[in-house]
Parts: sequence; structure tokens; C-alpha cells
Amino acid sequence: MQAQAEVLTTWNDVCHTDDLVTNSGVCVLLEGKQIALFKIQIEGNTQYFGVSNWDPIGQANVLYRGIVGTLQGNIVVASPLYKEHYVLATGQCLERDDVSIQSYEVRVEQNRVFIATL
Amino acid sequence: MGFFLLKIKVNEMTLSSQQQQRIVIIGNGMVGHHFVEQLINSKADYHITVLSGEGRLAYDRVYLSSYFTGKTAADLALTDEKTYKQWGVNAVTGAWVTDIDRTHQVVTTKDGTVYPYDKLVLATGSYPFVPPIPGNEQEHCLVYRTIEDLESISASAAQSKIGVVVGGGLLGLEAANALKSAGLETHVVEFAPQLMAVQLDAMGGSLLKDKIEALGVQVHTQKATEIIEAGEQCRYRMKFSDGSHLETDMVLFSAGIRPSDQLAREFELAVGERGGIVIDNQCKTSDPNIYAIGECALWEKRIYGLVAPGYAMARAAVASLTNNEGEFAGADMSTKLKLMGVEVGSIGDAHGNTSGALVYTYHDQPAGVYKKLVVDEAKAQVLGAVLIGDTSDYDTLLQYALNNIALPDAPEALILPSSGDKPLLGADALGDSATICSCHNVSKGDIVEAIEGGSCSLGDIKSCTKASTGCGGCSALLKNVVDAELEKRGVEVSKAICEHFNHTRQELYHLIQVENIETFDALLEKHGKGLGCEICKPAAASIFASVWNDYILRQAHQPLQDTNDTYLGNMQKDGTYSVVPRVAGGEITPDKLILLGEVAKEYNLYTKITGGQRVDLFGARVEQLPAIWQKLVAGGFETGHAYAKSLRTVKSCVGSTWCRFGVQDSVGQAIDLENRYKGLRAPHKIKFGVSGCTRECAEAQGKDIGIIATENGWNLYVCGNGGMKPRHADLFATDLDDATLVKYIDRVLMFYTKTADRLQRTSVWMENLEGGLDYLKSVVIDDSLGICDDLEAQMQHITDSYQCEWKTTIESPEALKRFRQFVNSDETDSNIQFVTERDQIRPATSAEKYVGQQAIPVDII
Repeated sequence: MQAQAEVLTTWNDVCHTDDLVTNSGVCVLLEGKQIALFKIQIEGNTQYFGVSNWDPIGQANVLYRGIVGTLQGNIVVASPLYKEHYVLATGQCLERDDVSIQSYEVRVEQNRVFIATL
Repeated sequence: MGFFLLKIKVNEMTLSSQQQQRIVIIGNGMVGHHFVEQLINSKADYHITVLSGEGRLAYDRVYLSSYFTGKTAADLALTDEKTYKQWGVNAVTGAWVTDIDRTHQVVTTKDGTVYPYDKLVLATGSYPFVPPIPGNEQEHCLVYRTIEDLESISASAAQSKIGVVVGGGLLGLEAANALKSAGLETHVVEFAPQLMAVQLDAMGGSLLKDKIEALGVQVHTQKATEIIEAGEQCRYRMKFSDGSHLETDMVLFSAGIRPSDQLAREFELAVGERGGIVIDNQCKTSDPNIYAIGECALWEKRIYGLVAPGYAMARAAVASLTNNEGEFAGADMSTKLKLMGVEVGSIGDAHGNTSGALVYTYHDQPAGVYKKLVVDEAKAQVLGAVLIGDTSDYDTLLQYALNNIALPDAPEALILPSSGDKPLLGADALGDSATICSCHNVSKGDIVEAIEGGSCSLGDIKSCTKASTGCGGCSALLKNVVDAELEKRGVEVSKAICEHFNHTRQELYHLIQVENIETFDALLEKHGKGLGCEICKPAAASIFASVWNDYILRQAHQPLQDTNDTYLGNMQKDGTYSVVPRVAGGEITPDKLILLGEVAKEYNLYTKITGGQRVDLFGARVEQLPAIWQKLVAGGFETGHAYAKSLRTVKSCVGSTWCRFGVQDSVGQAIDLENRYKGLRAPHKIKFGVSGCTRECAEAQGKDIGIIATENGWNLYVCGNGGMKPRHADLFATDLDDATLVKYIDRVLMFYTKTADRLQRTSVWMENLEGGLDYLKSVVIDDSLGICDDLEAQMQHITDSYQCEWKTTIESPEALKRFRQFVNSDETDSNIQFVTERDQIRPATSAEKYVGQQAIPVDII
């Protein structure tokens, strides 16, 4: 009975799509963690992203209030505190190689938004 | 011998690469690090080991005092383990060297590890000199040199009210600044009759003393301390040889440096009479396999206590190791710096010691400016200079001095205040060998080479040549050279606002207006690409507001706004917001003041009076903003636009209604003007001032629009600024009646809003406006462009379509949805925590949060 448990992805229902703001962010609380959720409309496609809401440089929970945009081909959010850019798909900070934030998979089904946790 | 080797720990990496030449560097200060960097850049095949006696790798000591204004050890770091690893450098911290066996070429550290070397570099730096005063070894008697020293100073300052710095040189004044920043009553005690005796002449020293004393630091020159003993009012009393004394809680010694040459003494390398490891032009010591660089080295009986000469030594040593040309030939000790905000510059022979030297001086006592120019007997070359209070001539004078540029016929023109005929030393006047950046020894030729190698922006050139990345004093000159060279090559310097629009702000403004564009999506589709970014989106939002004056939180505009505009408040460092209602002209009824107090009390907000004559309430969480504003709007307040790039405040004095001297009703005028222009979105914030007489109590000449009452009406001043770069406003028109005053302000502000760059204040706009004040007068007063009717009509539209954004927001359920921390929970942000200070809240520091045992997010690095 010591077999390793398989790692299963859990999809958590966090909110309705009406709670989201196109090309901007909102924040959800999931298992005590703050996650910034973004709905991005680009060239006719809609994409959803989730990253940690904690700004590791500004040291505050504010990333959902940043401006989203594109930079060198990446979809990014700019920290509202000191304007560093984080790639929404990966959480990588573009100004500092050594800084990145947690990113989350997001899925939408029947107008409900789901975030993956392990 | 084999047995001996078995008993000790041998560094593996050094043994595994026997064929490579091994270089061991003792010391990892700024110079030691520069040496490593240069050696790596030379691509020579060496195995490099760095032994740092300190617990951390190289950091920037030049900006050490910034530690007291919030910089951390990480901000000051010049490198890290990861970088050294990538370079293949074996960096060992806490590696205190105990033995150098010169015969077998082996270094041993205190834990017994041995490091064989082919070449050894001593970059051990210096230590602070502490004068032999009885009592100097007590607690709270400290030095200023390392990050650890700063930590001790910080701890001591927390338990002190008064602090004394011993030493009035460059470092001493830096240290005094640190104590002042730490909130202490600060004194400087200097043995010599003047401050900065090495760099300045007596006149310069005395003017600097006056200026520093005016900033609240007391300077005591010609004082020799005899003893530090217990004090009566303070912890200590310093007794001076002239019988006087000074009480203090802490003492900071900054009386010069001494070379750290202990290893050289112990292992019998040649050292100077007064210390310092003797080196030749290649930086070799008396042992040809050992080099010494930086503040531990003695060249021609001289120790260089600045970073630029240390870097030059590092380069000379690397050149010697790699068989390249380049010797150390002494170094320029010129400096330009800001001490507590006072500009100070010293170039070359500042004292005029060269035989036959001639001197020109310029002294403007009221403005506190002193300039001295030292030239040679033939009046052909600059030998040196002293600049106090205004160092704008420093770059030019330094170029003359370093590159032996022939002086103009009237050398005094170089230091006289700009009279229009000052000879300009443009980028083209410099030869290829002219040094642009003396920290990193970058010549104009190096910059030209970088441009020819494909670098075509200032940023590229900085990262490729390192120019202007040291002290930064050459940045303006570098930009001149780069712009001139790029222009010569036909490269158009891009003025595009960002990567999404190939247009300037002014062009976007015209496109939006002429093509009737009302949304960002439409603008992007017609003229841009991608999704936009945090530069073009708020700029476009601001233009839409200036042209159409829609509700800024209309759904299409909402994602464009900066967070401050989105939440109609100013975001503070912890993610909370401040609340600032409009108090037009600074006039407020007692009932409204009471309401502000009640709201602040109910929501436990930190309360402070602003410089713009209103009240700022801090610490509101995003979800509290609507309820707070509901109460304020119900009580008759409107938004103060403190968060917006728009009209902020119209400051006024009390005027003729109450004041014995007032000649016009300045308060009434201020209220009318504030109500007319409130809500005007502009490229940057705008401030007004209205004074009721020439005593100018409202400080109107420091404002974007300044109005001063006269017997016959109003004098209008434009484009002044306080803040980072103060500018006196220019007198624009005199003795105006109310209607003409408003007409002119309408036109000036609208013309500014249309033509300025994003985030360009009126002062900078004016400085860059071709034709300057006269041109603006011709446009606004003489209507030379025939646009004045349009400008006025547009301003009237803005005024007529004004709405209080907070009133609109609290009436809109859709808009209110955004004021939530979480869309799926009513919890609050657990990271926002306050502690009490002086009977009000302030944000808790991270240490205080840990003490409170609260769950806070982990710092992700």
C-alpha cells in the first residue's frame, strides 16, 4: 500500500464568465491563494490566463489591477506598482530573469471558469 | 610532501584543470569584481578563483547611502553566485586568507583549503581610518564602509537623537547625509579649516559649509577631538582641544581610508612608508607573479580612493596578463556629485597649484553659486575647476581638461551664466580619443565603433560599451554623442510612443480628433498593432478624455486606465488607496471638515494635510472605496482627481477679503478657476496658484499656471514647477481682467494638452517648445496660428461636460462590480496589515507582519 499516489489535476469552479472583464483582470481566492484572472481578446480569439496575484517586487497583492498588453509577442500584465511585465502564460518577469510568479491553467465550460490545482 | 597534501583539504577544481593558468583574486569589492569582468571579457583561457573575505559578493559602495533611503543589499549587488557560475568563476565567500606561500605559489584560507596559483591578484581594498582618540572604541562609535556597518549605524541611530560624523571630506559628508536620512540631528566635525579640503578651495569649502548648514547639518571646522567621554544630556561628550565640547549619542568616523595591505606586509611584498602595496605601471608588486589593484595599491607613492582609478588598474592588470597594451598612468580624480542636494564639482588642479596658473572666478552670492576656472599661463588649456551650487558646466569643462581642447579667446565665458554666446562644446567638437565615460574608460571612438557594429539606441550602446553605467555623470553627454552620430548615419531617432503605434502622442491626438475615433479598439485597428500596453493605453485614454470627455470608466475605456484611474484613487505601496476629495481653493466649511474626520474615523484612515491645501485619507481597501465616497458625495464633496493626470489643485492665499495687504480676492478667483478646469485630462498633472498680492503667499510662480494679483487686475505666469526639477514660471501677460485671464488660460492649457508628449509637465514642454515663451505668446495672445477660437471652444466643451466620476460610479451597479478584492469571496487581502504610529495607522513592515504570526505570501524569487 506504499504505491505512489498519482498526481491528479483538480479543476476548481471559481466564478461566472460575467465576473471577468475583457482585456483586464479580476482576482479570485482559491485555497487561501490569491489568483489574478485575465480574459484576453486578441485577433478574434478569447484566451484566459491565471497567475499569482502577489507582486514579488512590489510586495503586495495587486497584479490583477495591472494593465494587460503585448510586448515582444508575449501577452503580459504590467505591475501597477513598478511596471515590471509578467508573461501571463508562464509567469516569467521580462525585466528580471531571476523573478517569476506561479501561473495556473484556466478553462471555461458553460460560462463557468475553472482553475487547475495539483 | 605527499603526506602533507593528504592531511589537508585541497580545492578540487584547481587540481582538475592543471593545464589552464590559474588566477586567484583575493577580495571581491568593486575593483576585484571589475577585474574578473574584464578578464572574462578578454576571453583569455584562465581558471579564475575569487576569495572574498566578506560574507557577500561585490556590491556598489558608491551608492551605499541609498541603503538609508530604502535600497536593500540585493539592490546594491553588482553580481551573484549564478553569474559567476555561468562565467566558470569559482567564487568563495567567507574565505579569509591566512597564508600566501610565494615559493610554492599557494594561498591558504582559514578553514585550511589551499588554492594553488600561477598569478595572484590582491584586491583587498581599504579600511576606514579611526583617529586615535581615547574613547573611540565604545559602543555607538562606528565607521561607514560596508553593508554590515550600515546595519550597525541603523541600529544605533534607532537609539539616538544626535549623531556626529568625524571627517568633513567626501565620505564624511556622505555619512552625514546617511545620519540625516536616519532622522538624527547631525553634526560634522572636521580637523581642517574647511570641508572637502582635497577637492575644493577655501571659498568653495566655505560656501559648501553654508549650504549644508542651511540644510540642518551643523558643521564644526578646525576642531581636534581630544577625548570621547560620558555626556550629560547625551550618551557621549566630545571634548575639543580648544576647550569647547559637543554632546552626541553616536559618533561615526569617516576620516579617510588606509590600504588593507596586511597580507603584503606579512608575506614580505614591498609596501610604502605610510602603507599601500607598491605597484608598477602594470600593477605588478615586487613579486612579478602577484598583482595589486584598487585602494590597497600604491602607485607613484599615491593611493587612489575612488572607483574609476581602481577600475583603470584592473584593466591594466588584465592587459598585462593577456599580453595586451595598456598601462596604468595615473588617473583623473575629478568628481561631480550631489551632497544632500548641493551640487559640487571638482576638476583637476582645483587649487591652482600648477606654476603660472591663472584663475577666473564667478560668485553669485544670492543664488549660492560659485565657479572657479583654473587655466595655464598661456590661457590655452583648462587645468582645473571648482563648481558649487551649479555643476551644469562640469561636463564641458572636464572635456576641455581631459582632452586638452584649446580654450576660446575669452575663457571666462565657460563659467559665466548663459548669456547666449557661451561656446557650446557639441559632440562634433570632440576627437575620437576624447573620454566620454571616465568610470569605464569609454572614448568617443568606442561609441562610434559600437554604432558601426550595429548598436542603434542609447540602451544598446550603454549595455555594449558600459558607458554611463558607473556614476552616471556623463549621461547627457553620451546622449548628445549618440544622437549626433546616429543622425550623421541617417538613422531617424524614433519618437514613436511604443511598439504598438508608430506615432507620437501629438499625432495620435490629431488622428483621434480628425477621424472621430472614440475607442481604443478602433484606434488600434486603424493605426496600431498588437494589444497595446501600459504606455499607449493610458495615453489614449487621456486623449479620449481630453477630446470627448466621456466617463472614464465607460466599459470600452476601463481596461485602458492605469490602476489609479480605474479605482479612482492613488494606489499606495501595500495595494490600498488614498482618498482625496476636492477642496476648491483650499476653502472648506467646518461641517465638511467634520465629515472628513468622521469618515476617516469610521474607516480608520491615516489622515494628512497635503501641500495642495486639502486632506488626504490613506489606507482604504479597494472594496471600501465606494462606501467611503458614498458618504463624501452625500456630504457635498466631489472627486479631487488626485489619481489623474489632470487639474489637481488651485492653491490660494486668503486675499483681499481678510488680508491687510491683499489687492484682489484670490480665494474667489481660485475657486472659480478650479471649478472651470477640474476634470480636464492632460498629458500630466496640472497645478495652479493664485496670490492676492506680490507677497506671493500661494507660491504661484512654482505652478503650471500662476496668477498674482495687481492693483489693476491679474498677472499671469505659465509653466512653473516645483518637485524634482523646480522651474520659475514665466511672466506671460500683465494686468489682465477676469475674462481675458480665463481666455488666455483656456488657450494655453488646451494648446499644451494637444501638443505635449505623454507625461510631459508644462515646464518641460516649454523648455522643448521651439521658439519658447515668445512663440507661445504669439499663438495665445496674437492668435498667429488662427486656432484660438477652437482652443476656447474645446475647453468650453470640457467644462460643460464635467461630471464627478465618483458620483457617476456609485450610481452605477456595473461600475461598482470592479471594487472587489475577490470575485468569489468576501474575504479581505490578508497581506494588508497596519500598526499604530503617532496615534494613526501605517502599513506594517514585513518584519512586523511576521511578528504578528499572520499568514503572508512567500517571497517568490
